Amino acid sequence: MILRLAALALAGAVAAGPALADLTFPSLSYRTGPYAANGIPFADGYADYFTLINERDGGIGGEMINMIECETGYNTEKGVECYESTKGQGSLIYQPLSTGITYQLIPKVSADGIPMHSMGYGRTSAANGKVFEWVFNYPANYWDGASIAVKHLLEINGGDLSGKKIALVYHNSAYGKEPIRTLEELAKKHGYELSLLPVDHPGQEQKSQWLQIRRDRPDYVLMWGWGVMNQVAIQEAANIRYPMENFIGIWWSGSENDVLPVGEGANGYKALNMHLPGADFPIYEDLKTYVYDTGMAAGAGDQAGTVLYNRGLYAAMLAVEAAKKAQEIHGTSAITPAMMRDGMEALVIDAALMESLGIPNFGPEFEVSCDNHGGSGLGIVQQWDAAAGTWTQITDYIASDREVLDPLIAEDSMAYADENGVDMRCE
Amino acid sequence: MPDQLLFAAEVTLNGLMAGVLYALVALGFVLIYKASGIFNYAQGVMALFAALTLVGIMDGQVPFSHLINAIFGTEVHHFGWHVPAVAAILLTIVVMVVLAWAVNRFIFRHLVNQEPIILFMATIGLAYFLEGFGDLMWGSDIKKLDVGLPQGINLWIDETTYNAFGYGFFIDNLDIVATVIAALLVIGLVIFSQYTKQGRALRAVADDHQAALSVGISLNFIWVLVWSVAGFVALVAGIMWGAKSGVQFSLSLIALKALPVLMLGGFTSIPGAIVGGLIIGVGEKLFEFLIGPLVGGATENWFAYVLALLFLVFRPQGLFGEKIIERV
Repeated sequence: MILRLAALALAGAVAAGPALADLTFPSLSYRTGPYAANGIPFADGYADYFTLINERDGGIGGEMINMIECETGYNTEKGVECYESTKGQGSLIYQPLSTGITYQLIPKVSADGIPMHSMGYGRTSAANGKVFEWVFNYPANYWDGASIAVKHLLEINGGDLSGKKIALVYHNSAYGKEPIRTLEELAKKHGYELSLLPVDHPGQEQKSQWLQIRRDRPDYVLMWGWGVMNQVAIQEAANIRYPMENFIGIWWSGSENDVLPVGEGANGYKALNMHLPGADFPIYEDLKTYVYDTGMAAGAGDQAGTVLYNRGLYAAMLAVEAAKKAQEIHGTSAITPAMMRDGMEALVIDAALMESLGIPNFGPEFEVSCDNHGGSGLGIVQQWDAAAGTWTQITDYIASDREVLDPLIAEDSMAYADENGVDMRCE
Repeated sequence: MPDQLLFAAEVTLNGLMAGVLYALVALGFVLIYKASGIFNYAQGVMALFAALTLVGIMDGQVPFSHLINAIFGTEVHHFGWHVPAVAAILLTIVVMVVLAWAVNRFIFRHLVNQEPIILFMATIGLAYFLEGFGDLMWGSDIKKLDVGLPQGINLWIDETTYNAFGYGFFIDNLDIVATVIAALLVIGLVIFSQYTKQGRALRAVADDHQAALSVGISLNFIWVLVWSVAGFVALVAGIMWGAKSGVQFSLSLIALKALPVLMLGGFTSIPGAIVGGLIIGVGEKLFEFLIGPLVGGATENWFAYVLALLFLVFRPQGLFGEKIIERV
């Protein structure tokens, strides 16, 4: 009996563990807790893309993908535990979907030699590959987001923002504070007046901030929010009858979850995005054939086409393309984390590639290099149509203001390098 | 009237309204603590669970549909009907009564005579269980709650104050409704506890468990009753807060807003919860308005606790709490 149990346990352990030749992609997801509503669609999109690659293409270069999911609950400590418990399983890349976890992991991944990709979040100055060898944040970062929002405002104001009042409503955390410096620098350049309105976690009560907006009547309101803060802010804006077309959220404040609870009042609200919304892409036919119809969809299988599901797909696609590039560079299909990093650093995403992947024009074109880990810094503006229940792309990809951002990135990353004794690369 | 004074008056009014919403959450804590001495950590999650259940029933959502579909390979999500708000509220009350019975039958009946800290720990466990159970039962997505409550600026107040002072005050219709409902709730609770047999029994249990037992009052019944009433209060709080932000799992965090109210008003007083809520609401909003800009803003969360602690220094039992005198 004991022998049989031991045999069963051994068989279970072998079945549960990854096959040695698999390419391991950990997914640090959050399907529980206050931010689950946002974590679930991203995690589903991330998993479904890997399933598609396995089922349709037989993996990457013949190597099957083994995705291991670990629940973080959007909690930094749990995120670090997830990293520690999965890094020994051959993990090729970490995408933690949390600025807090990203900050904690930067020194760890640098020491362990495992690349991390914080797509549109995390430490902005990680875009400087000379300092951050193992961290990437392409195709755009928070400071790009701030600059893209201001450029959009310049565009609709005939190129002149002087004398305009812009308010930033932000989550009172490291994440929410990220765009402040950039917006201050851009205020000097364009002559607008910036006011700052922090909202404490979780953001369920924002009456003070919106009463102030009602009194001060800023011309535009920008928002850096996440979770319940977004829904409450959009509801409060609707309550005070703030013109929604003048209210712009960062890409983490621009999913269906943020606007649907507000109903008709959210109509016209704008948000940035680093990829296109909707399900009108050829890849969705493949997903239907190989993933949804075969019962292999992640989660409840009800998130396809949402903004955050698309973001999960996009993040996984970038990881897969980097792995392909790594295989190409090193001439082996069984890549290591260090090889994966090389692949990420040589990644080129162009229109032809996106077309071939069934996602034409889905994201911006960009190239990663030794010194540029941040990509092209392009983003679109999308607008919510409450009657149709859809986001509509209203601009082309807008480039951020490199003249302002590059010195800021250099300054912040150099300060990090000095504090941590980092030797410059790419010289 | 100077502009700053007008703004301060508007902030004060909104603070009072916010305070009512905090008090709605605090009431549930007070009811259970008063009757059983249990600090119910799960009160915020009960508000979440009640709101989830209400939306689920209204939308005709199949409970545990993800679990059912995963086990049986089916694709059931909705019954295909829509239940009117009033009927859905009544059905949710039934669910909360069943929950109250289950909590007492399976948890607290086994913990009679345990230390208060044990009971408190049990409610922490209950909170985590209920959060997961709610997730499994109704899903994690954010749900729009529409029970027909008005929302947005009250135009009458806006126009009246504009005509009087040249500046229109913003008061949210939802906050006005919350104030009326909270007032009705408190009146209802007072009538219930003063003029009904069960209410008097509840007060007797609150005063002295053993004496109440000796005159034939069933402690089990009273505890189910008080958890049911707290469940009803949680439903009201869940509706009000859920209407503001949609029904989502962060709704459970509204309990954090109730703690300073309880510290200030006392854990055993219904009027204390109301007055405490109003003081916290006005205090934090005025502090944010007057001092917030000087210190970088976002003062409300911590200031509420500082205010409560200041009160504690002078009245450890809270404004309306019972003074604890122990003979040695």
